[in-house]
Amino acid sequence: MTEPSVSENVVPQKQPTHPMDSWLRQDRLPHIWCPGCGIGIAFSATIAAIKESDFPREKISIVSGIGCSSRAAGYLNIDSFHTTHGRAIPFATGLKLANPDLKVFLFAGDGDLFSIGGNHFIHAARRNMDLTIICINNYIYGMTGGQFSPGTPMGAMSSTSPYGNQDTPFNLPHLAEAAGAAFVARWTTAHVRQLKKAISTAFQKRGFTFVEVISPCPTVYGRRNKQPFGIQMMKTLLETSQINHNARGHEWDILLDKPVVLGNFIDRERETFVERQKAFQEHMETYLSEKEIKGGTYGD
Amino acid sequence: MLDRNKNRALTGVHFMNGDCACAEGALMAGCTFFAGYPITPATEIAERMAQRLPSVGGIFIQMEDEIASMNAILGAAWAGAKSMTATSGPGFSLMMENLGLGLVTETPCVLVDVQRGGPSTGLPTSVGQADMMQARWGSHGDYEIIALAPESPQECFDLAIKAFELSEKYRMPVLIMMDEVIGHMNEKVIIPEASTVKPYPRRLPTVPPDQYLPYHPGTDGIAEMAIAGQGYAVHVTGLTHNEKGYPEINSRAQAEMVQRIVQKIRLNTKQIIMLEEDQLENAEIVVVSYGISARIAQLSIQQARNEGIKVGLLRLITVWPFPEEYVQNLAAKVKGLIVPEINMGQMVREVERCSHGKTQVIGVSHPGGGLHTPEMILDAIRRAKE
Ligand SMILES: Cc1ncc(C[n+]2csc(CCOP(=O)(O)OP(=O)(O)O)c2C)c(N)n1
Ligand code: SF4
Ligand SMILES: [Mg+2]
Repeated sequence: MTEPSVSENVVPQKQPTHPMDSWLRQDRLPHIWCPGCGIGIAFSATIAAIKESDFPREKISIVSGIGCSSRAAGYLNIDSFHTTHGRAIPFATGLKLANPDLKVFLFAGDGDLFSIGGNHFIHAARRNMDLTIICINNYIYGMTGGQFSPGTPMGAMSSTSPYGNQDTPFNLPHLAEAAGAAFVARWTTAHVRQLKKAISTAFQKRGFTFVEVISPCPTVYGRRNKQPFGIQMMKTLLETSQINHNARGHEWDILLDKPVVLGNFIDRERETFVERQKAFQEHMETYLSEKEIKGGTYGD
Repeated sequence: MLDRNKNRALTGVHFMNGDCACAEGALMAGCTFFAGYPITPATEIAERMAQRLPSVGGIFIQMEDEIASMNAILGAAWAGAKSMTATSGPGFSLMMENLGLGLVTETPCVLVDVQRGGPSTGLPTSVGQADMMQARWGSHGDYEIIALAPESPQECFDLAIKAFELSEKYRMPVLIMMDEVIGHMNEKVIIPEASTVKPYPRRLPTVPPDQYLPYHPGTDGIAEMAIAGQGYAVHVTGLTHNEKGYPEINSRAQAEMVQRIVQKIRLNTKQIIMLEEDQLENAEIVVVSYGISARIAQLSIQQARNEGIKVGLLRLITVWPFPEEYVQNLAAKVKGLIVPEINMGQMVREVERCSHGKTQVIGVSHPGGGLHTPEMILDAIRRAKE
């Protein structure tokens, strides 16, 4: 028997297109995320939310830092900035202020945004800087192989807490609220509909908006914490979480033996940085028009 | 109505310090975005920008630290603005990481370091020139940098304009290495009409998005730069990347990228380097210096000339890239090169390296907190003469 030739055997077929295809940089696929990782779920929820929004595509920018989550910037087919570890927020701040017509959002990890970049986070929230922040909290530094992060629950195992994490994690919604965020929500990758809706709200709302996404990292977190499979972790997220939009403050703490509280927690109106800047510029326009700009004015 | 274009220039003759002159030069060059964090002796630049930017419709933002400031100016540049930050040693150290991001993503912007005494907090209010090697090598990895060193408030103004031009032309961050004395010294500064200086334009893409490659060099080695919001779906990463801007983690992509960002400077050193030559024609001994130290040296040279010693001055206006060929040729012709600088010996190493042992090189170091006396440099000149 002769072997069938390749051309007989493999019928070149055009792949059916997916509604999100045009949003992805097809030439960068396959992505780096592990099987069972939650980042992809959060990423597609994000794309779905963006697609629903009224922003023209060319006016949307994604900015990220460094980490597994931050790789998202490299896959989205829009203006995309994959900056340095922890520095996405100040980079995004410059981008947004120099062109306020842009819708600028971030997609980054718990380590990136809250350890090395924590200072930038609170200051951007304080300013109510017009940015939407999507934080993938996988309880770990994923990219570097599973060291504990400011999102790792107390007692959890990691490569640098081989006897259990001695540190207390940040309560991210509490931090965001205290620092001044206009919108604060927490969902998990097992709550895709609610997650998409929260991202959508965060995206459309003015000011500094924050969505924490609890997301499984089976490879370097689950494996060390008796949950080596993504599907297991998703089940756990469903079974051990509680939706309570009215929960407050310390009820949002994440503890290994307590359910994780989810919801759209904070939704409030504060004047945003860009709004203040616009008002300031208008004021200066009149103020300075009446003055002559010359040496003497500036106390030389 | 505000005449934003006209307001770029504070046309007239001023009595102004170097920091303010630097800020005025930036505005003249078309800078519309400043992000910074207060630090002596650079604060006056931020203050001046805070005061003046509204009149050109620009943005001033005081960030939470220098790391944030550096990143904010990179972000602003990708939105199309001419952007700047200014700092001193401790802040310069914090900016090093993302200076690297600016270099590898080929982002035009200007970073000013008004040098004070170090290391660490050092001498907050007094002079130093000890960040010269940090300017060259401070961020990790391989790169070439452009750094300019003004010697007067007027030159702070002029070189700020030049720095923006170079940053746009070569698509990269450009450093202005001032020092505390130049920054705080008040002198006459002449500012011309706005119409005499046109902001150097961004080299925007000349092809449609589907043909655009953000890191594909043109014939002069520099790539066109798309900005956010124009439909180019540009991807910008600090990872090693290919012409498309996509990460490519292998040694071939690394070689291509690193060689290109290095070569775009190395192949253009002649166009970039600015030097001032004074009494070099028949000089047997040459003082090679920059910034405030070069000004002190002028007095020493005068005195040496009075004593009959044929000595001249080579002032480095561009300190990086270093004028290798020029110094090499000079070394072959003279009896000695004297290098006064307010550090324990930084640029003198470059002078030595490029001299290839053809002449004696005498460093005149000063640990900072004050200036050389003309006699210190004169002594070195006399020693070289012997
Ligand atoms: C300045 C600096 N320090 C350390 C690193 C190494 N590093 C890369 S990713 C990362 C942690 C990422 O964790 P996270 O932000 O939670 O993202 P994840 O990978 O979990 O999605 C670290 C420490 C770096 N790239 N830069
Ligand atoms: S290491 Fe963890 S976070 Fe990173 S891609 Fe794999 S599963 Fe996801
Ligand atoms: Mg993480």
